[in-house]
Amino acid sequence: MGPYAKEELLACVIARLLGGARHAAIGASSPIPATGCFLHREKDRTFRVSLQQRRAANPFSEGSRELFDLAGQGRIDTFFLGGAQIDGTGAINLVRADGRRFPGSFGSAFMYPMVPGTILFREEHSRRTLVRKVDFVSARGTPKALLTGKALFSWQPGGKRFRLESFHDSSREEIAELTGFEYDVSPDARQTPPPTAEEIALLRGPVAKLVAADYPDFARRVWGTTLAA
Amino acid sequence: MSDVESLASKIPDGCLLALPPDYSLVAMEVVRALVRKRSRNLRLLGVPILGMSADLLIGAGCVAEVETSAVSLGEAGLAPRFTEAAEKGEIKVRDATCPAIHTALQAAEKGVPYMPIGGVIGSDLIAGRPDWKVVDDLLIVPALRPDVALFHARWADEAGNVWVGRRRELATVAHASRQTLVTYEELKKGDMLEDELLAPGVISSVYISATAHAPRGAWPLGVAGVYAPDDTHLSQYAKAAKTREGFQRYLEEWVLTPRKSFSPA
Repeated sequence: MGPYAKEELLACVIARLLGGARHAAIGASSPIPATGCFLHREKDRTFRVSLQQRRAANPFSEGSRELFDLAGQGRIDTFFLGGAQIDGTGAINLVRADGRRFPGSFGSAFMYPMVPGTILFREEHSRRTLVRKVDFVSARGTPKALLTGKALFSWQPGGKRFRLESFHDSSREEIAELTGFEYDVSPDARQTPPPTAEEIALLRGPVAKLVAADYPDFARRVWGTTLAA
Repeated sequence: MSDVESLASKIPDGCLLALPPDYSLVAMEVVRALVRKRSRNLRLLGVPILGMSADLLIGAGCVAEVETSAVSLGEAGLAPRFTEAAEKGEIKVRDATCPAIHTALQAAEKGVPYMPIGGVIGSDLIAGRPDWKVVDDLLIVPALRPDVALFHARWADEAGNVWVGRRRELATVAHASRQTLVTYEELKKGDMLEDELLAPGVISSVYISATAHAPRGAWPLGVAGVYAPDDTHLSQYAKAAKTREGFQRYLEEWVLTPRKSFSPA
């Protein structure tokens, strides 16, 4: 890796997926997707970012159902979902596997099929998280992409399969070893392009300040940013 | 008996008790009082998810069943007592998804038996919910009518109204429930419905069964604009509750000794 944090690279990959997006909603505990969205917003001021659990100046005034009502009407085009397990058909599991209990499905069962640009994001890239078939389907939908700490996959709606597009600090061979489902490989698959000087300047400047307001621990860890800065 | 204990005494064992998420005005003082009075067989409903309140009640043996879209301590991580109780089969979990719970409560507030919602088709949640039906590719959820809704408010007034601001899911659950019990930070003189700026954040006394004064009553969770969640305490709880013994020590220090639970952040 170069002179940048891994979180910065992942945020750049997310921002680069957002061309043409109008309105992203971000659920609980998602500092890297939030960072990617704020970075994209620096380049496209018409792009709206709604943080569902923001403590101050929360964008919703009709309670926690408003997010789902917006999505139900098609007013949100970008959302992020993770999973204790994610499989090669794009299904995610947030409920249980191997006798272990996870927190639960949250709004995923609704948001995934409703939001056209759902990006699956899970930092851990292993055969434990990326499985052939999930033990429980919390939600099923048509993802726009799957981003992990090691790789970016696009989704091929025709073949209903993921396709490896790029890998970060890794190789085709390592990705094959660490991925539990079958996928295609783009003929152009390559190392993920590192953040540009412009992206780094935005991330460490205005974006870090925005992120610190909602994810103070994350901002302190990645940038040493505090709210007073 | 304090006002808070008397509010807790109105919550019978075995009832369906609706609680808000950690970010939405939780009546933690009453939750601690439920542990002290040894509530049993509560059926919790997360509106639409649950956090520390549920984890405390589950760990203290007050809960038989949970219907929720998730139980999590947010940034502090997994809810350890929920996780262990679910894995050991000590509680029954009826898994849902957020908008299904909102819609089921909206059906109850409208007085209709069920309502449709989009999405969800393709999820294994449906197989675990014989009460949910699929008709014409739409999910139909039956109305949910909790026995008791319990939450905290910024203000109550002399007319019996309470103010929850933008936390409108609390209005929905109050409309839908048979009884609504509310603790509040401060009492306002007069009637908040006479104030055009306050009225949109009010839940009318029509829906409120009883209130109790509980300053800092949401602690260690927060009240927006008044006090922030006590993140240090929440992560201490998350760590302590990883084991039964640690949880028991937490209960003794912060719940079973009432004066300590009023500790300022």
